[in-house]
Amino acid sequence: MKKVIQQSVTLPTDYTVTPGSITTSTGKTLRTEEMIINMGPQHPSTHGVLRLELVVDGEIIVDCIPHIGYLHRCFEKHCEHMTNYQQVIPYADRMDYCSAITNEWGYVLAVEKMLGIQVPERVEYIRVIMAELQRIASHLIAVGTYGIDAGAFTPFLYCFIDREKILDLFEITCGARLLYNYIWIGGVSHDLPPQFIDQAKEFCAYFRPRIKMLNELLTYNEIFVKRTANVGILPKDVALNYAVSGPQLRASGVNWDLRRDDPYSVYHKFAWEPQIGKGEVGTVGDCWNRHMVRMREMEQSLNIIEQALASLPPGDVHAAIPKRIRPEKDVEVYVRTETPRGELGFYVISDGSTSPFRVKARGPAFVNLSVLPEIVRGAMLADLVLIAGSIDIVLGEVDR
Amino acid sequence: MTTEELLTILQGTFTDAIVGSKLSALQPWIQIAPNRTKEIGIFLRDEPSLQFNYLSCLSGVDYGNGMFGVVYHVNSTVLKHSIVLKVLIPRDNPHVQSVSAVWRTADWHEREAYDMFGIIFDEHPDLRRILLPDDWDGYPLRKDYQVQEFYHGIKVPY
Amino acid sequence: MIETVQQFILALLANELVVAVILSVLPLVFVIIYTLVVLYTEMKVAAHIQDRVAYMMTGWHGILQPIADMIKLLLKEDIIPEKADRILFRVAPYVTFAGSYAAFAVLPFTSIYIGANIHLGAFFLIASGSIVVVGILMAGWSSNNKWSLLGGLRSAAQMVSYEIPTALALVIVAMITGSLNLQEITKFQDGGIHNWLIFGGPFPLKTKLLLLPFTLITFIILFVASIAEVNRTPFDLPEAESELVQGFFTEYSGLRFAMFYLSEYANLFVVSALSVSLFLGGWSSPFGSVLSGPVWGIFWFVSKAYVLVLLQIWVRWTLPRLRVDQLMYVSWKVLTPWLFVCLLAVGAILVSVE
Repeated sequence: MKKVIQQSVTLPTDYTVTPGSITTSTGKTLRTEEMIINMGPQHPSTHGVLRLELVVDGEIIVDCIPHIGYLHRCFEKHCEHMTNYQQVIPYADRMDYCSAITNEWGYVLAVEKMLGIQVPERVEYIRVIMAELQRIASHLIAVGTYGIDAGAFTPFLYCFIDREKILDLFEITCGARLLYNYIWIGGVSHDLPPQFIDQAKEFCAYFRPRIKMLNELLTYNEIFVKRTANVGILPKDVALNYAVSGPQLRASGVNWDLRRDDPYSVYHKFAWEPQIGKGEVGTVGDCWNRHMVRMREMEQSLNIIEQALASLPPGDVHAAIPKRIRPEKDVEVYVRTETPRGELGFYVISDGSTSPFRVKARGPAFVNLSVLPEIVRGAMLADLVLIAGSIDIVLGEVDR
Repeated sequence: MTTEELLTILQGTFTDAIVGSKLSALQPWIQIAPNRTKEIGIFLRDEPSLQFNYLSCLSGVDYGNGMFGVVYHVNSTVLKHSIVLKVLIPRDNPHVQSVSAVWRTADWHEREAYDMFGIIFDEHPDLRRILLPDDWDGYPLRKDYQVQEFYHGIKVPY
Repeated sequence: MIETVQQFILALLANELVVAVILSVLPLVFVIIYTLVVLYTEMKVAAHIQDRVAYMMTGWHGILQPIADMIKLLLKEDIIPEKADRILFRVAPYVTFAGSYAAFAVLPFTSIYIGANIHLGAFFLIASGSIVVVGILMAGWSSNNKWSLLGGLRSAAQMVSYEIPTALALVIVAMITGSLNLQEITKFQDGGIHNWLIFGGPFPLKTKLLLLPFTLITFIILFVASIAEVNRTPFDLPEAESELVQGFFTEYSGLRFAMFYLSEYANLFVVSALSVSLFLGGWSSPFGSVLSGPVWGIFWFVSKAYVLVLLQIWVRWTLPRLRVDQLMYVSWKVLTPWLFVCLLAVGAILVSVE
């Protein structure tokens, strides 16, 4: 395999890690050599099948080359070969399997925009509730596995107990617990069941103190802070240059949330705030801030859910859509939504037939991962695990 | 800033590099010359009144009529406007100038377009396959793609 | 006059060699039973901390599960990587276990039983702990796996640096008690909870109060260092799962893996027993002469050590892991200086009292 060790050209970050040399008492110079180690694809903390080729000097990382594609199944080719537009939705589910609802929503929004469909208001509310529940569930996985990365196993199970309650909510609504196929073009598959609203409110009331507890157990733990603060700092300009998105971008101090800045659905009706990294501990843009942004976003999601539940309008959950979905020829849209991981863009082109001509998915995890080599240089091997964990990649989406 | 205004600005600066545009589309786009992308990118990024600092997406497209396209969705996190740029290149000589020196995020996107379509991005620092194995035959997202029979002795079409 | 178990068995069998064999097997039986108990406890305590039930199916509340695990490990295929250094790879687990097992020779389980009543007992214990490092390094190197190597190196660095706080704590105890024999140290503290070294030792009240803060700090430091000595969270870097897969025993399977496990849990007991002997009165009853005697001695010794083990389990399932440089920082820049302070203070107090 060709080994290309990239040199960054235009970026302000530069690390001066060189293999050490020791001068002995007799005047000889001993040069220590770098070691190339292979992390993954079967490594416990690469969150799937990511392979990182690491050049290390002892435990200090000199360079890191990510190799992806182990889960590649060519989602985009699948989309072109469907017989209709709806069939793509379950495939979109499987991209980021930790937050399936937000994926389907992105794709469905793109198709609805092509067709010019206006969905009923109740549908918008249900979609917002579901997406925010999904965001909490996804962040819970991110936070929990991050605890494992740091060596704390207990928070992980606490997170999964809470996530289970969200999955129960999904289950009573649409029957599925991981991949929902819930959001359909022009509506959602099932209306909310009668007990949903009470159960969701109960969850919100239950979950707020749990966030506090998780913060006490993990976020403000002395050792955890020592491990994550000032580690893997991603400066603002580098983050933007790499088009990093989602919590990772906000942790770097960029106040950018697509739910507010490129508004879709009914997010503008609710009172909530995008959370940015404030650097209470460490530096803005480090691992701790990325973790903290997720913790705070869960609270914001709870706010949105509570407001949406309180003002859920009645009505039908299916818009009137044509029986055969057949957008006009050569219509193309790029629709982006804010998933738990960042900007998920769907670029859909139609050729006037019943199936898409081209679907390009811009996965947030894919783009967020590309910044990894830039921020791990000079860190230690143990930091790499935490930096990679703080990016919160889902390989299903990186590889598509 | 709307695409119309942007088009005027771009035409004023790069007369010959702006090949065409479609302002009536759902999301209007501007077509630029494949060998000027970097120049235009730097202008868009650094011009204080534009500040397109965020390349959302870079997609390769096979139009099926002997043309490939590369579509850039660029926007600004400061001024909150966006632009769609398009490059059309002939399929038998698919060369585009890389914009990875302008927006580093283009690095992986371009590798993906190369991987899937065989579009060659000149001046790219590290153009190799990203999602598929290095020794894979063909470019899967081309419309006429035929899958290889065997890959390392494993039957591919099932 | 029969005073100890050794003499009793010797009188019974009249053969020194047989006595030696029996006495060296006795702790092994203890270690195996103890490991099973601790395995079970660890899983149940961890489950309790994490709001789940742990294994429930094998026997009453899964009580047979550790035995089932053991059997499974023994039946597993023993895999040796092709490019491994075969001899070192095979020997390493036994060296590791021998290192931690050797320490049992000097542990005073009760007033009439100690494997080898040597005068440098505590010193021997530290020394045998170093053999574990050799075994771990052998395992890390011979596996021919870079992750194992990193794990082995980390482990060596960690155990060597944390031996210094342990040894210093030992020096403080030796200064107070005037002995390195763990049996003597325990006898020194006999006679009730107020005589334990953690509370200042059996001195007149004024001396005791002067010593108390320093012995308390020394005990806490010894406890922290002992967690690091046995490579458990927050100091489990050698086998940090999220970083180094399984550290030095990544490539091991079956019986050899079980040996590492056994030695880890044996080590866990050894360090806890050391803390108990040095600071918590060893086999002596906390209530003076009430509930004391050789048999109660075993009970007190084992249960005190068990409490410390429980404490270690609790810590393990609560805290994240330190990074390698932070680990060194804790050892060299926090624990060791504090121990020097304690050392000087204790020395000054003892001299001034005399």
